[in-house]
Amino acid sequence: MSSDIGGSTALAAGTGKSDADGPGGSRGARSGGLLAGPVGRNLGLVVALVILCIVGVATAGDRFASVDNVLTILRLASVIGVVSIGMTFVIIGGGIDLSVGALVALSSIWATTLATQQMAEDTHWIVMVFTAVVVGGVAGLVNGLVIAYGKLAAFIATLAMLTGARGLAEIIANRRTQIVRDSDFLAFFSGDVLGIPTLVIIFALVAVAGWVLLNRTTFGRRTFAVGGNAEAARLAGIRVQRHTVKLYVLSGVCCGIAAVMLMARTTTGSSTHGTLYELDAIAAVVIGGTLLIGGRGTIVGTVIGVLVFETLGNIFTLNNLSSSAQAVATGVIIVLAVLLQQRLATGGFSFRRPSSGGQAGGPVLTGAPSGAVSGGTTTDGGPGGTRPAPPGKTL
Amino acid sequence: MSATRQRPFRRLPYATVALLSAGVLVAGCTSNTPEDSGSGGGGGGNTAASDNDEAGDTVTIGFSAPAADHGWMAGITEAARAEAESYEDVELVVAEGTNDVSTQISQVETFINDGVDAIVLLPFDGAAMTPVALQAMEAGIPVINVDREFDSPFAARTTVLGDNYGMGVSAGTYVCEQLGDNPDAVVAEIAGIDSLPLTQDRSQGFADALAECGLDVDNRVAADFTVEGGEEAASNLLQAAPQIDAIWNHDDDQGVGVLAAIESAGRDEFFMVGGAGSANAMRAIQEGNSVLQATVIYPSTQAADGVRLARLIAQDKALSDLVEIEIPRQIVLNAPVVTADNVDQYIDTAFES
Repeated sequence: MSSDIGGSTALAAGTGKSDADGPGGSRGARSGGLLAGPVGRNLGLVVALVILCIVGVATAGDRFASVDNVLTILRLASVIGVVSIGMTFVIIGGGIDLSVGALVALSSIWATTLATQQMAEDTHWIVMVFTAVVVGGVAGLVNGLVIAYGKLAAFIATLAMLTGARGLAEIIANRRTQIVRDSDFLAFFSGDVLGIPTLVIIFALVAVAGWVLLNRTTFGRRTFAVGGNAEAARLAGIRVQRHTVKLYVLSGVCCGIAAVMLMARTTTGSSTHGTLYELDAIAAVVIGGTLLIGGRGTIVGTVIGVLVFETLGNIFTLNNLSSSAQAVATGVIIVLAVLLQQRLATGGFSFRRPSSGGQAGGPVLTGAPSGAVSGGTTTDGGPGGTRPAPPGKTL
Repeated sequence: MSATRQRPFRRLPYATVALLSAGVLVAGCTSNTPEDSGSGGGGGGNTAASDNDEAGDTVTIGFSAPAADHGWMAGITEAARAEAESYEDVELVVAEGTNDVSTQISQVETFINDGVDAIVLLPFDGAAMTPVALQAMEAGIPVINVDREFDSPFAARTTVLGDNYGMGVSAGTYVCEQLGDNPDAVVAEIAGIDSLPLTQDRSQGFADALAECGLDVDNRVAADFTVEGGEEAASNLLQAAPQIDAIWNHDDDQGVGVLAAIESAGRDEFFMVGGAGSANAMRAIQEGNSVLQATVIYPSTQAADGVRLARLIAQDKALSDLVEIEIPRQIVLNAPVVTADNVDQYIDTAFES
């Protein structure tokens, strides 16, 4: 184990990630800005969310700001949120998973067949949860094996899984919607703990677990390393292929959990569940500041990204506006949030520069170390920055 | 280093084996065996007092419809098959359901080349399928157009349509009957996919009927005909409108999700009217312990009717209950309201969603 840690520390230095700076480095560090930390990287998104909330309060007043409504937004965000967290890992690891929506559908179907429900009735509803998570995990394993060892492009392999898994779901379900009959299952997952819906709690738990896994474990370090530069990671002693497999299994397991949540939310399993989740999740992950080419990203950003989209939908419904207008607004928000974020993170607002550089303590506190350690290597052609695709890369 | 290298190496196969064996365990759970597929089939029973049902020359009918990715659409194909099976002189050639226009065009071209006696066609997109339908008609093969109309009146021998506008009118009229004396009543609408003409027709009919009794739609949201979409749209809607008197939900498939959202929000101050007429919805109406009080039928047996008409046309027979000796050009099906009072009458032809 000790050499494990040694390897990963050496690696972290090699790919320009330092403990002080936190994973993902930061482009803001180049300008030595105060916005170099995770807050800075997600500031654009936070601003977008705050603006949305202000718009919500201004247009819908008490109905928007009510506890019930906020909980509704959180509850609706929780399913896609869990999927997005799995997606965050895959994308940081340099891959992509287009099959998430289909895996949610397949897991929900598999866990609600009469046979499974009968077994759950005879034993405990945990059987349904187990089934969904295992189905998601196994499908993720297949994805991972095909991508890592079969050398298929992740885009193609998961695209195949997208159509295949949904087709299988349709076959198993005979294109019917399967009603969940286990009332204990529904009572548990649709209930609440101290007024907070169980689904929201699950989402929070998954998010926290994801954050810890990404930022506080060797697994997380390796994910950044593999996504940043697969060849460098391999030379640093990481088994890139095996790690890639794990990432897809993780994403699959997240889909299984999301399927359970969706079964509780809709009281059904259906092959239409999770339609277009892949795009929603990728959108949330990307506006959350994760690089689509891998090597950088945050869980916090993804969570805020999911909340932005869900809040938007809520505001449009509260104001009785059409779904077409909402689609346009969603597109505009994606572009604006990412633009805003880039400006803020790269110090596009020039007044930041003198303020941090002028003060005596400024450079010592943040500017100099992070600029030297990660700003330089992460973005400027170091192993973590833009790079030619190495031969062993499994993107 | 080598020690740490080896350990994970050994671990992976274990993890894989564990996952796989769990997968095998779970694999037993795909069975959906106890299935009573009695419903969903065509009516088949109530025949007219004529010799129409007696076996005539064997006719081959080509059938093509969009992919059965929705309970109603699955019901359509199932009912058409069941109807064809009930006639010994009908051989139904069913093309695999597709949402790809060019695939569907090639399916019809195949039917033309094979020289089938009639084609029953539920186009994915009526306008896009018009040229190939014209081609079939010119080749002397009668085309029976179902549900989604062609652009040209020459492209079909006869057309069987559900009444989307009429659905809205039926739902609106029912809501009026229930709330008529209260002009301040809050009426909400949960539509299907908003960009479809059928959704616009339904909404228009609903608005027109409500206007008759001085009501209007106060809150309108659109879902996407899926359970999940219905749940999400309804959850937001219930937050948008703290007090509601009536909801019309366009589609019973998404209605399962709508009911889940209502249940989860703990709301019951209103009544709900469904749409399309799934067996699930009708069972809920029968039991009478949810807010779902009625549903408006959009018949899932219209392709089955198409098959019957195709057989009659191919055998040169007429609709025996009409004096007219030719099959009519167009048949628009009624969109009745199903309530607890008359649900028994309709539940047998409802589709399983």
